[in-house]
Amino acid sequence: MVIKIIRNFFRNIFGGLFKNKEDIKLGFYGPPNAGKTSLANRICKDFTGEEIGKVSKIPHETRKVQFKEKVEIEYKNKKMTFKMIDTPGIATKIDYEDFLKYKMNKKDAKERAKTATQGIVESIKWLDDMDLVVIVLDATENPYSQVNITIIGNLVARKIPVLIVANKIDLKNADIKKIEAAFPEYDVVGLSAKYGKNLEEFYESLLKLSKKI
Amino acid sequence: MGFFFRKKETTMVEKTKITMVNKRGKNLGKIKGFSIQFLPYAEIRDLDSNERIKKILKIVLENNIIILQGKLSSEEEARLIGDTMAMIGHIKNFKGIELAVISDKEEEGFFNQFRTGLINILSKGDLGAVTIIGPASIVKEIKKNPKKIELMLKD
Repeated sequence: MVIKIIRNFFRNIFGGLFKNKEDIKLGFYGPPNAGKTSLANRICKDFTGEEIGKVSKIPHETRKVQFKEKVEIEYKNKKMTFKMIDTPGIATKIDYEDFLKYKMNKKDAKERAKTATQGIVESIKWLDDMDLVVIVLDATENPYSQVNITIIGNLVARKIPVLIVANKIDLKNADIKKIEAAFPEYDVVGLSAKYGKNLEEFYESLLKLSKKI
Repeated sequence: MGFFFRKKETTMVEKTKITMVNKRGKNLGKIKGFSIQFLPYAEIRDLDSNERIKKILKIVLENNIIILQGKLSSEEEARLIGDTMAMIGHIKNFKGIELAVISDKEEEGFFNQFRTGLINILSKGDLGAVTIIGPASIVKEIKKNPKKIELMLKD
């Protein structure tokens, strides 16, 4: 605790002096299977030609924090360099039996559950180190999940700017308005990471928000 | 310690309606093997974050659904999730928790917000909120919209 206070003190004092030299740490947070890695991949591919991680229909595919350094996002003559941080989806429960539905054997399912719990702990720890966070939500799901509110509450407490993405708008039952109604204080950008739909509005909002850091 | 509700209950907590239904939306009959425990905020008010989380997880691990008056801070909620994850795989049959908070804060006018804020400062907690925490082995899902929480129990 004391070490954390001292570290934050020095970061606040000296951080401002050297801020421009560091890339902006851009985190991707949200529940499992919302499309965090899909969106991070889309951005990385657009600006570096490489992906950040593997995606899957099975929840908790990302079980370790993944990074991509020096991602220079350029849109309408505005340019900023980010360190992209893709985090494992945060959940309050993990049951290995849920993975058996995806034709996974018991041993692998148990291992996946174990590493997924560790990934969630890691995601939570990383909340302290972000400069800017994109919350990726599945627009077909109920946005009032407590996990979403807990993540946002933690970012607000740390004064970290937040952009909310309503992903999967290509699906029929996607409802961006429901997400906007749940989080009226935040910018909500509807997009499809899978098909690259409405990425322009996302880049514009992201670069605009980056100026608040 | 708080008091216990017995099985099939529909409880009115201020403006919040809590209904226990199964996944087909029908009211449940007899449910065996767990209790619903009401935890007044006074029970955790003077505890530090560690003690609060420890107390909550202890109750949940005894197969109880907690209805907590008030809410935890966001940091405490994140810690509760982290501690829950650390316990999965180490405690037999523990698969995590379901968690939901409902608050009528947004609907209040300026005067009421000021009054509630003052009460919350004096009581050191958000008493306009209700938090529901249950073990995932019993609670399949907590469906929430701004005015209603539905506990979907496992068959």
